[in-house]
Amino acid sequence: MRVMAQVGMVMNLDKCIGCHTCSVTCKQAWTNRAGVEYVWFNNVETRPGQGYPRTYEDQEKWKGGWKRTRRGKLRPRAGGRLHRLTQIFSNPKLPELADYYEPWTYEYDTLISAPQGEHTPVARPKSLITGEPMKISWSANWDDDLAGGPELAPNDPVLRKIKGEVGDRVKLDFEQAFMFYLPRICEHCLNPACVAACPSGAMYKRAEDGIVLVDQEQCRGWRMCVTGCPYKKVYFNHRTGKAEKCTLCYPRIEVGLPTVCSETCVGRLRYLGLFLYDEERVAEAAATENEQELYQAQLDLLLDPNDPEVLAQARRDGIPEDWLEAAQRSPVYKLAKEYQVALPLHPEYRTMPMVWYIPPLSPIVDALRDTGNDAEEAGNLFGAIRSLRIPVEYLAELFTAGDPAPVVRALDRLAAMRSYMRDENLKRPTRPEVPIRVGMTEESISEMYRLLSIAKYEDRYVIPTAHAEVGRQLDELECSLDVAGGPGQYHSGTFGEASGRPTPVAVETFQALKQRQTSETIVPTEDQSGRVNLLNWDGAGVPLGMPSVPPRRSAEEADDDRS
Amino acid sequence: MSASTILLWVVLPYVTIAVFVVGMIWRYRYDKFGWTTRSSQLYERKLIRIASPLFHIGILAVVIGHVIGLLIPESWTQALGISETLYHIMAVSLGLLAGICTLVGIVLLIYRRRTVGPVFSATTGNDKFMYLFLVAAILLGLLTTFLAAGFVDHGYNYRDTVSVWFRSIFLLNPQPELMAEAPLYFRVHAIAGLCVFLIWPFTRLVHAFSAPIGYVFRPYIIYRDRGPHDLGNRTRRRGWEAVGTPDKRRRE
Repeated sequence: MRVMAQVGMVMNLDKCIGCHTCSVTCKQAWTNRAGVEYVWFNNVETRPGQGYPRTYEDQEKWKGGWKRTRRGKLRPRAGGRLHRLTQIFSNPKLPELADYYEPWTYEYDTLISAPQGEHTPVARPKSLITGEPMKISWSANWDDDLAGGPELAPNDPVLRKIKGEVGDRVKLDFEQAFMFYLPRICEHCLNPACVAACPSGAMYKRAEDGIVLVDQEQCRGWRMCVTGCPYKKVYFNHRTGKAEKCTLCYPRIEVGLPTVCSETCVGRLRYLGLFLYDEERVAEAAATENEQELYQAQLDLLLDPNDPEVLAQARRDGIPEDWLEAAQRSPVYKLAKEYQVALPLHPEYRTMPMVWYIPPLSPIVDALRDTGNDAEEAGNLFGAIRSLRIPVEYLAELFTAGDPAPVVRALDRLAAMRSYMRDENLKRPTRPEVPIRVGMTEESISEMYRLLSIAKYEDRYVIPTAHAEVGRQLDELECSLDVAGGPGQYHSGTFGEASGRPTPVAVETFQALKQRQTSETIVPTEDQSGRVNLLNWDGAGVPLGMPSVPPRRSAEEADDDRS
Repeated sequence: MSASTILLWVVLPYVTIAVFVVGMIWRYRYDKFGWTTRSSQLYERKLIRIASPLFHIGILAVVIGHVIGLLIPESWTQALGISETLYHIMAVSLGLLAGICTLVGIVLLIYRRRTVGPVFSATTGNDKFMYLFLVAAILLGLLTTFLAAGFVDHGYNYRDTVSVWFRSIFLLNPQPELMAEAPLYFRVHAIAGLCVFLIWPFTRLVHAFSAPIGYVFRPYIIYRDRGPHDLGNRTRRRGWEAVGTPDKRRRE
C-alpha cells in the first residue's frame, strides 16, 4: 500500500440551475487570452446534449481514455507509444476548431464610430480567428436548455448508447420529463490518459495533491494529450502552441481557498476535499475487466482516513498531519464513499476520474409532481425512480458504465433523505424505517442532510494548505497559465509574444493573499496589472480591477457641474 | 588560396557551428516556453494530414542520406563491398525520392499556410524568413542531386571532395581547397545549408531537437513531487542561495 492524497470535487447536480457563473468566472480568471478564446476549462452542458466539444463522449470517434488489451493490460485507446510516435506529424484524432466552435467578438466600435445615417448601426459578429465577419452557428453551449433539441439531442453519444424501447421513449418524452445540467472541469484522474499520451513528458500528476498540470516549459505542442483525454479537457493554445488545461486553481488550493468555479457557484453545489488512495493499486483497478465493475473498483481505491492502518501508512508515506485531519473531515470522501451518493463521470474510460457527481433527483420529483402525486413521499419517490427508467438509464450511462443499481441507490438515498427530513421539519414523528430501507441510519441521513442542504463554506471546502517545508516549489512546477499572456503575466520576451521566462502566478496570488490576511478590514485586492482578476478573489470586497460603482451625486453637485 | 575560399569554407562553417551551438543553448535556457512545434492543425486538418507527414518523413530521409553521404568515407563503403556505381545508384534514387517528397510536402504546407485564413494570420515574419532559407536549401539540394547524378553530363562524385571537406571541418583540419574545386551547384547548396543552420536556433526549426525519443522508454503516468532542493515556491537563481546551503548544492 502506498497512500497518496488527492484533492477531489463533488458536484451536486440537483442544485445546478445552469447559470454558467462557474464557466464565466473560470474563463475570466484563466482563459480570457488570445489563443484560448475557444477554451472553457469549466463548461456547463445540458443533458441530453452533444456536449463541448461536440460528441466528445463518442470514443469510437475520438479515441480518448484507456483500452483494456486482451492480456488484461491497459493501453491508451489511441494506441501505444510507438504507434503514437508514428502519428506525431499530424494527429489523426485531434478535434478541429469547428468541433469546439469558432470564437467571435462583435464590432462594437461601429456602434459609436459609424457616421450618421438612416439606419441604426449594428455590431456585427467578427471571428476572433480570422478577423472576418462571420455567421455564428455553434458555441460551447449552443444546445443549452435543450435548444434545437429534436435536431441536436439525438446526436448525444450517451443517448445513442441507450437503444430500444427506452431510447425511443427518450425521443418522445424527454422535453417534458427530463433535462439537467452537467458542469464539467478536468477530472484530475488517478490514471490520467492525457499524461500517458504526452510524448514530451510535460504533463504530470502532482504527487502532493494529485492535480494534473502541464509543464509549459516542457510542452512541445505535439497535441497527443488532447486526443488522450476522453473528456476533452486538455486544450491546445493555438497562439503559444502549448497545451493548457484546468489547474484546479492550484494557486488558490495551495493556500486553502476553493477553486474559482466553486467560490462563485451560485447554487453552492460544489464540494472540495481530500481523498486518500492507494497508488499501487490504481493500474490494477483501472484494468478491471467488466466495465460496470469499474465504479466499485474506483471506490475500493479510496482509503478510509479513520482506519489506523491507513493513517500509519500515510504517515510513513510523508502525508502531513493536517492533511490527514483534513482527509477525515473531507466532504467529498463522505459523499463518494460513505454515503455513495456521488458517482464518477464515465468510469468506463478507465481514467479513475476524481470529480464526482450526485445524480439529480429533481427531474424525477418534477415528473412525479406533474402526475398529481405527493412528490416528497418516500414510497411514491422510490416507485418513481424505478418506473421512470429514462433518467436512470441515462444517468447510468453517464456515471456507472450503464449499471443502473448504483444510480438507483444514490437516488433512493436522496429520496429517503427528502422524505425523512420533511417529517422532521413538519414536526411529525420521523420514520426510522425510511433510512434503513436505503441502507442508512437516522444519524447518517441527518448528517448527509446537513452536508447537502446546510453546508457552510467551511464544511463544503476542506482544503489543507500546501506545505512549503516538504520540498520543492509546489506551485512553480508549472502549469499552463502563468506564462506570457497568462493571468500571471502580460509581458513577452525577445521572440515576441509567448516567449521568454514567465513570472510565476503564485507570486501574484501570494502578494494578494498576504495583503488580505494582514489587513484589518475587508479590502479589495490591490490592482497589479489593470485587469479584473478573480483568481485572487475570496469573496471579500471587490475583485481587483472591477469597475466600482461611483457614489450617487446629489442634484446640487450635478447643477454645479453644469454651470 | 583566395580570401573568399577561406571565408566561405573555413570561417563560415565555424561561425555557423558556433552560432548554432551557442544559439541553441541560449534559446533553450532563455526561451523554453517558445520552444514548440507551433502546430496549426487546430485550424485546418485535411491538408496537413497529407502534407505534414510527407514533408517530415521526407526530410528525415534526407537527413539520413546526408549523414551517410557526408560522414561515411568512400573507403568504408568500398570495404563493405559496395561499389561506387551501386552506391551512386542507391544514393541518387533514394535521394531524389526523399527530396521530392520533401519538396511536395513543403509546397503543400506553404500553399496551405497562404490560402487557409487562420493559418496565414498565425504565420509570423520569422516563419516566412525561415521558409525562404529552407525552401532554397531544399530546391538547391534537389538540383544538386539531379546534376551530380550524371543525367546531364558525367556527374560528380562529391564523396571525393565535399564529404572530405565536411569531415575536415570537424577534425579541426579544414581543407577549403577541396570545396573550391567542387561544382558551383554544390557550393551554392552548401552555403544555403549552412544558412539554415545559422538561423536554426532563432526559428521554429528548434522543435526538431525535441523529438520525443524518451517517450518510448518511460512509464505512462508521471508523478512529480517537490525535490529536496528548494524551500518556498520559487527556484532560487544563482547567487541567491539560502544561508547555510552547502557549496556542492550551490553549484547545481
